Amino acid sequence: MLEVRDLHVSYGSIAAVKGLSLTVSPGEVVALVGANGAGKSSTLAAIAGVVAPASGSVELDGVALGGRTPEWIARQGISLVPEGRDVFASLTVAENLHLGTIARADRDSAAEATDRLLARFPVLDRYRDTPAGKLSGGEQQQLAIARALLSAPGILLLDEPSLGLAPKMVDLVFEVVAELREEGVGVLLVEQNALRAVAVADRSYVLRRGELVLAGTREELSQDGQLADLYLS
Amino acid sequence: MENLQYVIDALSLGSLYALFALGVAVVFSIMRLINFAHGELLMVGGFSLLFLSGLPVALRIGLSAVIVVVAALVMERIAFRPVRGARDETLLVTSFAVSYLLQSLAIVIVGSSPRSVGILPQLSKQVHLGTLSVPLLDLVSIAVTAVCLVGLTLFLTRTSLGIQMRAAAENFRMARCLGVPANRVIALAFGISGLLAFVGSLLLTSRTGLVSTGMGTGPVFAAFVATILGGMGSMVGAVLGGYILGSLTVAFQAFLPLEVRSYRDAMVFGVLVLVLVFRPDGIIQPASQKQRV
Ligand SMILES: Nc1ncnc2c1ncn2[C@@H]1O[C@H](COP(=O)(O)OP(=O)(O)OP(=O)(O)O)[C@@H](O)[C@H]1O
Ligand SMILES: [Mg+2]
Repeated sequence: MLEVRDLHVSYGSIAAVKGLSLTVSPGEVVALVGANGAGKSSTLAAIAGVVAPASGSVELDGVALGGRTPEWIARQGISLVPEGRDVFASLTVAENLHLGTIARADRDSAAEATDRLLARFPVLDRYRDTPAGKLSGGEQQQLAIARALLSAPGILLLDEPSLGLAPKMVDLVFEVVAELREEGVGVLLVEQNALRAVAVADRSYVLRRGELVLAGTREELSQDGQLADLYLS
Repeated sequence: MENLQYVIDALSLGSLYALFALGVAVVFSIMRLINFAHGELLMVGGFSLLFLSGLPVALRIGLSAVIVVVAALVMERIAFRPVRGARDETLLVTSFAVSYLLQSLAIVIVGSSPRSVGILPQLSKQVHLGTLSVPLLDLVSIAVTAVCLVGLTLFLTRTSLGIQMRAAAENFRMARCLGVPANRVIALAFGISGLLAFVGSLLLTSRTGLVSTGMGTGPVFAAFVATILGGMGSMVGAVLGGYILGSLTVAFQAFLPLEVRSYRDAMVFGVLVLVLVFRPDGIIQPASQKQRV
């Protein structure tokens, strides 16, 4: 289980995240939603070890991740699909996928896992030897997700995976998220597309200017109508 | 036939410049560090070859190569790891300081006067190609550099570590998020740069027959010019820049009227400035300039 406690993230004098606590269990999809600048990406970056939190703790199955390098955290089974995808444009699709397998605990099954993902994302199979920079945005998003999955993560951090995608692609992304839940992967899903994310997620957290303003299960959130209020106000 | 002579001269000098430039570019592409102390790695190579001259030649060359690679790794660990991720200016000043420090230290230890060193005297033989007679050393320089370039290309494209290095060069942060170990790829870049420095110093000292504490200054300057010309951050660009620089130097030397020939280097720089006016980022622009380290 991923456990974030009283997390604070600052950039100089800008406080981006102020005291956020959240958990993600295996096989659970958790949504983290909020407006632009709410601190969603900063939260993921802190979990992945890309930014050092000002205070607070992040633990995976009781092991503290604070002060660890991103590569160490990746090898613990936390995989990040960042905002803007960050595929390696000058590397081929196959090379990008290979990099996804670096953090795998079980390297022997990497080839088999790659084949399985290529079957799931046929477009990547077709463009195996094409530089990733030549792919369309939607194709790059598939590549970023497939690459993250190749590490066989216990926890997947998805930052706005549906941003800029055609509706059909958005469906595919949410389908994959649902499959991961079945496989026992914990997914922390950041979305601007809040209503859809909350509808898929088992539980959701709503951030506003770095602070947690609402949290609850799908049922709770759909009942009390606060979510709609938050988004209409 | 005379033209072929110029081509060989250009390729041979260009090969040296390409090796120097590539050594600097490998480190720059990963760390955004322009390592002026790369020249001192050449110096270490030269003096290793000098001090080990009692050994059988293969052992002497092999051991010297190991010494330079180790020197490069130590340099990274002691001087550059502490400033990793610092601002570009800080890196630049650090690399100047390391270069200056090592050169001063070397002067204290071995003195500042150049020493002559003989390596593979067979290389000074002339080879006859038709009516043309060229130094064997030129052909060997061209061939050895080609082998280095092919070897590095294969490493970067065919091995997992090579792919990790290219990924780190493009987007260091994302590479780390995928589990690519920062320390390992940076050490690897320095190790490769050390190996290239050694090959460069081997060819250079074979050519000049001299080693001195300042022997790396000229080459590192040429490397700097070549990488800027080719495009900072691109390894292909650095190699291209090296060959262009070599060709320009040979061409100006051969075809400029005698009275202006002493301005050769000034004219080479003129061409550099001209290229940068039209392509401020150099000939080849790297895929990405995302945040490193
Ligand atoms: N590298 C940075 N340096 C300085 N400030 C930053 C940096 N990254 C984020 N911020 C600031 O921190 C705050 C939170 O940003 P963050 O990217 O975490 O929000 P977000 O919820 O992901 O927003 P978005 O929906 O736009 O992606 C914002 O005010 C942002 O301007
Ligand atoms: Mg964001």
